[in-house]
Amino acid sequence: MTATTTPEVGRFGYQSFSIGEFTFSRDEYFAYVIWPTGQHVMSVDAFLRALQRDVAWDFFYGIVNFDSVLGTMNHYGRVDLFTGRFNEAYRKAELDHQETFDTADIRPLFTSMLSDWTNEGFDPFASPSETGSAFGSKHGNNDDAVTRRRVTAARMVAVPGDEVLRTDDNGHPVNRMFADVPQDEPELHPAPGYEDEVCGYNLFAYLSRSQVTWNPSVVAVCKESLYCPTTEEYILPIMHGNDRVEWFVQLSDEITWDVEDRDTGAKRSKVIMRAGDVAAMPADIRHQGYSPKRSMLLVWENASGDLPQMIAEGKIPSVPVTF
Amino acid sequence: MEYRTQFGSLDNYSRGRVEPIDDDPKRYAFSNLFDVTAHSKPYEKVAVGKNLQYVIEAIRAEGTSGWRVADHDETALVMDGEVTVELLDLAAPGAVDPGTEGSIGLVGEPQGTPMGHAVARRGHMVLLPARRAYRFSAALPSVILLQTIFGRDTVEKWSTICQTMV
Repeated sequence: MTATTTPEVGRFGYQSFSIGEFTFSRDEYFAYVIWPTGQHVMSVDAFLRALQRDVAWDFFYGIVNFDSVLGTMNHYGRVDLFTGRFNEAYRKAELDHQETFDTADIRPLFTSMLSDWTNEGFDPFASPSETGSAFGSKHGNNDDAVTRRRVTAARMVAVPGDEVLRTDDNGHPVNRMFADVPQDEPELHPAPGYEDEVCGYNLFAYLSRSQVTWNPSVVAVCKESLYCPTTEEYILPIMHGNDRVEWFVQLSDEITWDVEDRDTGAKRSKVIMRAGDVAAMPADIRHQGYSPKRSMLLVWENASGDLPQMIAEGKIPSVPVTF
Repeated sequence: MEYRTQFGSLDNYSRGRVEPIDDDPKRYAFSNLFDVTAHSKPYEKVAVGKNLQYVIEAIRAEGTSGWRVADHDETALVMDGEVTVELLDLAAPGAVDPGTEGSIGLVGEPQGTPMGHAVARRGHMVLLPARRAYRFSAALPSVILLQTIFGRDTVEKWSTICQTMV
């Protein structure tokens, strides 16, 4: 399967993109998706915020629903691009469509689309209050923002040779909503010769300096157990469909999660999380969070590549514990 | 506009909840780590998250713990109070068998070379390196969130700590 960028530039200056039987185009306000049995339209700012996560996370764990119609499902080397697959009405009407691509084919298409469609001044990772407009005819780009390097610690942030701390000097000022977060660091007293092993840092200060929202970064590792904290403000731009259990620890403030059935979109629950709350997201749901004030969320993942298959085959349950 | 960041503590936390529409709240294993540690014994390793062999444990730090060691890295995130973490380069190799999951307790005062210590307060994360012994101490009740693997001393009491009813 090949991906193509149409050489023709549309009336508003944006390129169109095709892969398989899907075609993507945009105008001043909207992104359009066309496939053999249907078409779909999204506000382009929401589309770009979702696309940014899909690109930055390399299609993430499981399903990235851009909305209730469009999305991707990661098979870790191959990716399903779908419309209506996890929407019961679309399936019943037989308007749903899905094609599977090698990640190596769809990744550059999504990356190019994100670059071409993101105008100067719009940062899809930033909160709406901290960025410019996604709308209008094409003007410039914001490649510095859409190609940010994702933090992935090998052991822990601040361990010598691993990910470094965020500071004013390396372009990470404290966010306006975390101005009251203490910036003190732990007192480290290594004996001579053990300077590289007595390690610590202020995670809350580190998070207070995040420039982005809804973007988990790996800060601590215990084999395949990954601590992926993130700062959240406004709405998670995707509905994340799980292919494994993941856990949330609310480190500060409050998030409300809308939880739906992963396959049908039927409402399952609301989960209201406050500082200190811990909750699992089962492997058979999709979720979207709402954070009225910028908050700190610890997303905890088991990165084992075996989990999706084990859950799909019923070898392990979709819930983490039974009691 | 001035914003106030809301952290939790043993003395001041407000637990959220699952509001089911068509689901069982038990599926979410919803708890609050301050609520858990408010009712824990000192250094009881209570699992508040579990993903197959991996766990996150809520630990009430109070007084001085015993020495422990694991065959893999762990991390300790202080969620409330102040905790001192001492590290020891063990003299006896093989205190923990290779491949052992989770930490094991060491009897008494193990022999070794003191590596130093860290003093960590709320929000501070400290590395507990593989095959190095460690112990915690806290003058006042404090809370640690430990990233580790399910071990022989991990305590599970899900029906006690989790929301079970609407």
